[in-house]
Amino acid sequence: MDRLSQIKLPAKLENLTAFLQSVKDCAGEQGFAQKKLTEIELATEEILVNIFNYAYEGDPEYARVTCGLEKGRFIIEIEDGGIPFDPFSLDSPDLTDDIGERRIGGLGVFIVRNLMSDMQYRRESDKNILRIKV
Amino acid sequence: MEVVAVRKPGGALVITVKGKVDTVTAPKFGEYLTKAVEKTENALIVNLSELLFISSAGLRVILGTAKKLQEKQSEFLLAGLKGHVKEVFEIAGFCTLFKVFDTEESALEQVG
Repeated sequence: MDRLSQIKLPAKLENLTAFLQSVKDCAGEQGFAQKKLTEIELATEEILVNIFNYAYEGDPEYARVTCGLEKGRFIIEIEDGGIPFDPFSLDSPDLTDDIGERRIGGLGVFIVRNLMSDMQYRRESDKNILRIKV
Repeated sequence: MEVVAVRKPGGALVITVKGKVDTVTAPKFGEYLTKAVEKTENALIVNLSELLFISSAGLRVILGTAKKLQEKQSEFLLAGLKGHVKEVFEIAGFCTLFKVFDTEESALEQVG
Protein backbone atom coordinates (compact mmCIF):
# COMPACT_ATOMS: atom_id res chain seq x y z
CA MET A 1 0.00 0.00 0.00
CA ASP A 2 1.26 3.48 -0.86
CA ARG A 3 0.73 5.42 2.33
CA LEU A 4 -0.98 8.81 1.99
CA SER A 5 -1.52 9.75 5.64
CA GLN A 6 -1.17 8.34 9.11
CA ILE A 7 -2.28 9.49 12.54
CA LYS A 8 -1.53 7.83 15.90
CA LEU A 9 -3.02 9.24 19.09
CA PRO A 10 -4.20 7.96 22.49
CA ALA A 11 -7.39 5.92 22.06
CA LYS A 12 -9.66 8.50 23.66
CA LEU A 13 -12.90 10.14 22.57
CA GLU A 14 -11.29 13.60 22.85
CA ASN A 15 -9.12 12.61 19.86
CA LEU A 16 -11.99 11.41 17.66
CA THR A 17 -12.25 14.70 15.76
CA ALA A 18 -8.51 14.72 14.96
CA PHE A 19 -8.61 11.11 13.72
CA LEU A 20 -11.65 11.80 11.55
CA GLN A 21 -10.24 15.02 10.14
CA SER A 22 -7.11 13.17 9.02
CA VAL A 23 -9.20 10.56 7.17
CA LYS A 24 -11.61 13.14 5.72
CA ASP A 25 -8.74 15.29 4.42
CA CYS A 26 -7.07 12.33 2.79
CA ALA A 27 -10.27 10.85 1.30
CA GLY A 28 -11.34 14.32 0.14
CA GLU A 29 -8.23 14.58 -2.01
CA GLN A 30 -9.22 11.35 -3.77
CA GLY A 31 -12.26 13.02 -5.27
CA PHE A 32 -14.95 10.89 -3.62
CA ALA A 33 -18.52 12.17 -3.77
CA GLN A 34 -19.97 13.67 -0.59
CA LYS A 35 -22.11 10.57 0.07
CA LYS A 36 -19.05 8.31 0.00
CA LEU A 37 -17.09 10.73 2.19
CA THR A 38 -19.89 10.64 4.76
CA GLU A 39 -19.89 6.83 4.72
CA ILE A 40 -16.11 6.79 5.18
CA GLU A 41 -16.44 9.17 8.14
CA LEU A 42 -19.20 7.07 9.71
CA ALA A 43 -17.31 3.79 9.30
CA THR A 44 -14.11 5.26 10.77
CA GLU A 45 -16.01 6.78 13.70
CA GLU A 46 -17.79 3.52 14.56
CA ILE A 47 -14.61 1.44 14.50
CA LEU A 48 -12.62 4.01 16.49
CA VAL A 49 -15.31 4.45 19.15
CA ASN A 50 -15.36 0.68 19.63
CA ILE A 51 -11.60 0.80 20.19
CA PHE A 52 -11.93 3.71 22.63
CA ASN A 53 -14.61 1.88 24.62
CA TYR A 54 -13.48 -1.73 24.55
CA ALA A 55 -9.94 -2.33 23.27
CA TYR A 56 -8.03 -1.54 26.44
CA GLU A 57 -8.87 -2.96 29.85
CA GLY A 58 -6.73 -0.44 31.78
CA ASP A 59 -5.56 2.97 30.64
CA PRO A 60 -6.23 3.45 26.94
CA GLU A 61 -3.17 3.15 24.75
CA TYR A 62 -3.20 4.12 21.11
CA ALA A 63 -5.15 3.89 17.88
CA ARG A 64 -3.50 4.37 14.52
CA VAL A 65 -5.31 5.21 11.29
CA THR A 66 -3.49 4.91 7.99
CA CYS A 67 -4.88 5.91 4.61
CA GLY A 68 -3.33 4.77 1.37
CA LEU A 69 -3.76 3.52 -2.15
CA GLU A 70 -3.39 -0.02 -3.41
CA LYS A 71 -4.03 -0.91 -7.04
CA GLY A 72 -6.03 2.28 -7.38
CA ARG A 73 -8.29 1.50 -4.40
CA PHE A 74 -8.46 3.77 -1.36
CA ILE A 75 -7.57 1.84 1.79
CA ILE A 76 -8.15 2.75 5.45
CA GLU A 77 -6.35 0.69 8.08
CA ILE A 78 -7.36 1.10 11.71
CA GLU A 79 -5.04 -0.45 14.29
CA ASP A 80 -4.97 -0.83 18.06
CA GLY A 81 -2.86 -2.76 20.55
CA GLY A 82 -5.76 -3.92 22.71
CA ILE A 83 -7.45 -7.22 23.41
CA PRO A 84 -8.21 -9.37 20.35
CA PHE A 85 -11.45 -8.24 18.79
CA ASP A 86 -12.80 -9.38 15.45
CA PRO A 87 -15.72 -7.11 14.51
CA PHE A 88 -17.05 -9.90 12.29
CA SER A 89 -17.51 -12.13 15.35
CA LEU A 90 -20.41 -10.03 16.68
CA ASP A 91 -23.95 -11.25 16.18
CA SER A 92 -26.06 -8.98 14.02
CA PRO A 93 -28.93 -7.28 15.81
CA ASP A 94 -32.28 -8.98 15.27
CA LEU A 95 -34.01 -6.52 12.96
CA THR A 96 -37.36 -8.22 13.51
CA ASP A 97 -37.47 -7.41 17.24
CA ASP A 98 -40.05 -4.83 18.23
CA ILE A 99 -39.19 -1.62 20.12
CA GLY A 100 -39.43 -3.24 23.54
CA GLU A 101 -37.15 -6.17 22.64
CA ARG A 102 -34.69 -4.37 20.44
CA ARG A 103 -31.17 -4.26 21.98
CA ILE A 104 -29.53 -0.84 22.33
CA GLY A 105 -25.99 -2.05 21.49
CA GLY A 106 -24.24 -3.71 18.55
CA LEU A 107 -25.53 -1.36 15.87
CA GLY A 108 -22.31 0.47 15.01
CA VAL A 109 -20.30 -2.47 13.72
CA PHE A 110 -23.41 -3.85 11.99
CA ILE A 111 -23.84 -0.59 10.04
CA VAL A 112 -20.16 -0.51 9.05
CA ARG A 113 -20.35 -4.10 7.81
CA ASN A 114 -23.28 -3.10 5.62
CA LEU A 115 -21.79 0.15 4.31
CA MET A 116 -18.32 -1.16 3.58
CA SER A 117 -18.51 -4.37 1.60
CA ASP A 118 -14.79 -4.99 1.45
CA MET A 119 -13.45 -5.19 4.99
CA GLN A 120 -10.85 -7.53 6.50
CA TYR A 121 -9.75 -8.11 10.07
CA ARG A 122 -6.41 -9.54 11.09
CA ARG A 123 -4.59 -10.10 14.36
CA GLU A 124 -0.89 -9.40 13.92
CA SER A 125 1.75 -9.33 16.70
CA ASP A 126 -0.64 -8.29 19.47
CA LYS A 127 -2.41 -5.76 17.26
CA ASN A 128 -5.91 -5.65 15.84
CA ILE A 129 -5.87 -4.37 12.28
CA LEU A 130 -9.03 -3.63 10.38
CA ARG A 131 -8.57 -2.93 6.69
CA ILE A 132 -11.34 -1.22 4.76
CA LYS A 133 -11.21 -1.02 0.96
CA VAL A 134 -13.36 1.83 -0.30
CA MET B 1 -25.85 19.96 16.31
CA GLU B 2 -28.83 22.18 16.96
CA VAL B 3 -32.17 21.13 18.42
CA VAL B 4 -35.45 23.06 18.21
CA ALA B 5 -38.62 22.04 20.07
CA VAL B 6 -42.10 23.25 19.06
CA ARG B 7 -45.47 22.35 20.59
CA LYS B 8 -48.10 22.01 17.84
CA PRO B 9 -51.85 22.66 18.09
CA GLY B 10 -53.32 19.33 19.16
CA GLY B 11 -50.48 18.73 21.59
CA ALA B 12 -47.81 16.94 19.56
CA LEU B 13 -44.25 17.93 20.39
CA VAL B 14 -41.95 18.31 17.37
CA ILE B 15 -38.20 18.10 17.87
CA THR B 16 -36.13 19.22 14.87
CA VAL B 17 -32.47 18.20 14.98
CA LYS B 18 -30.00 19.82 12.61
CA GLY B 19 -26.37 19.15 11.70
CA LYS B 20 -24.51 16.13 13.07
CA VAL B 21 -25.39 13.60 15.74
CA ASP B 22 -22.17 11.67 16.25
CA THR B 23 -20.52 10.06 19.26
CA VAL B 24 -19.49 13.50 20.55
CA THR B 25 -22.88 15.23 20.24
CA ALA B 26 -25.19 12.24 20.92
CA PRO B 27 -25.19 12.65 24.75
CA LYS B 28 -26.50 16.22 24.37
CA PHE B 29 -29.11 15.01 21.87
CA GLY B 30 -30.07 12.38 24.46
CA GLU B 31 -30.54 15.06 27.13
CA TYR B 32 -32.83 17.04 24.82
CA LEU B 33 -34.91 13.97 24.01
CA THR B 34 -35.15 12.90 27.67
CA LYS B 35 -36.61 16.31 28.48
CA ALA B 36 -38.88 16.05 25.43
CA VAL B 37 -40.20 12.66 26.59
CA GLU B 38 -41.08 14.18 29.98
CA LYS B 39 -43.02 16.94 28.21
CA THR B 40 -44.70 14.66 25.69
CA GLU B 41 -48.44 14.22 26.05
CA ASN B 42 -49.88 12.30 23.11
CA ALA B 43 -47.06 12.23 20.57
CA LEU B 44 -43.42 13.10 19.92
CA ILE B 45 -42.29 13.72 16.35
CA VAL B 46 -38.58 13.92 15.53
CA ASN B 47 -37.98 15.88 12.33
CA LEU B 48 -34.73 14.70 10.71
CA SER B 49 -34.99 16.66 7.45
CA GLU B 50 -32.05 18.93 8.38
CA LEU B 51 -29.90 16.21 9.91
CA LEU B 52 -26.77 15.68 7.83
CA PHE B 53 -25.03 12.88 9.73
CA ILE B 54 -25.93 10.25 12.31
CA SER B 55 -23.85 7.43 13.79
CA SER B 56 -24.90 4.51 15.97
CA ALA B 57 -24.58 6.70 19.09
CA GLY B 58 -27.46 8.78 17.71
CA LEU B 59 -29.46 5.68 16.78
CA ARG B 60 -29.16 4.45 20.37
CA VAL B 61 -30.63 7.76 21.59
CA ILE B 62 -33.56 7.37 19.14
CA LEU B 63 -34.18 3.77 20.25
CA GLY B 64 -33.97 4.69 23.94
CA THR B 65 -36.46 7.50 23.38
CA ALA B 66 -38.88 5.14 21.63
CA LYS B 67 -38.66 2.67 24.51
CA LYS B 68 -39.49 5.39 27.07
CA LEU B 69 -42.43 6.63 24.99
CA GLN B 70 -43.76 3.12 24.64
CA GLU B 71 -43.79 2.83 28.44
CA LYS B 72 -45.72 6.12 28.59
CA GLN B 73 -48.04 4.85 25.85
CA SER B 74 -47.30 7.94 23.78
CA GLU B 75 -46.76 7.90 20.03
CA PHE B 76 -43.29 8.23 18.51
CA LEU B 77 -42.93 9.31 14.88
CA LEU B 78 -39.97 10.12 12.65
CA ALA B 79 -40.23 12.55 9.76
CA GLY B 80 -38.13 13.82 6.87
CA LEU B 81 -35.49 11.12 6.52
CA LYS B 82 -33.28 11.52 3.47
CA GLY B 83 -29.83 10.85 2.04
CA HIS B 84 -27.21 9.42 4.38
CA VAL B 85 -29.51 9.52 7.39
CA LYS B 86 -32.20 7.52 5.59
CA GLU B 87 -29.61 4.97 4.46
CA VAL B 88 -28.34 4.45 8.02
CA PHE B 89 -31.90 4.14 9.41
CA GLU B 90 -32.73 1.57 6.73
CA ILE B 91 -29.62 -0.53 7.45
CA ALA B 92 -30.44 -0.46 11.18
CA GLY B 93 -34.00 -1.61 10.45
CA PHE B 94 -35.39 1.58 11.99
CA CYS B 95 -37.63 2.37 9.02
CA THR B 96 -39.72 -0.71 9.78
CA LEU B 97 -39.31 -0.50 13.57
CA PHE B 98 -40.76 3.02 13.79
CA LYS B 99 -43.53 5.02 12.16
CA VAL B 100 -41.72 6.97 9.45
CA PHE B 101 -43.18 9.81 7.39
CA ASP B 102 -41.80 11.77 4.45
CA THR B 103 -42.64 15.13 6.00
CA GLU B 104 -43.44 16.66 9.37
CA GLU B 105 -46.86 17.65 8.00
CA SER B 106 -47.81 14.06 7.14
CA ALA B 107 -46.63 12.91 10.59
CA LEU B 108 -48.80 15.61 12.21
CA GLU B 109 -51.83 14.48 10.18
CA GLN B 110 -51.30 10.97 11.53
CA VAL B 111 -51.52 12.09 15.17
CA GLY B 112 -54.40 14.46 14.48
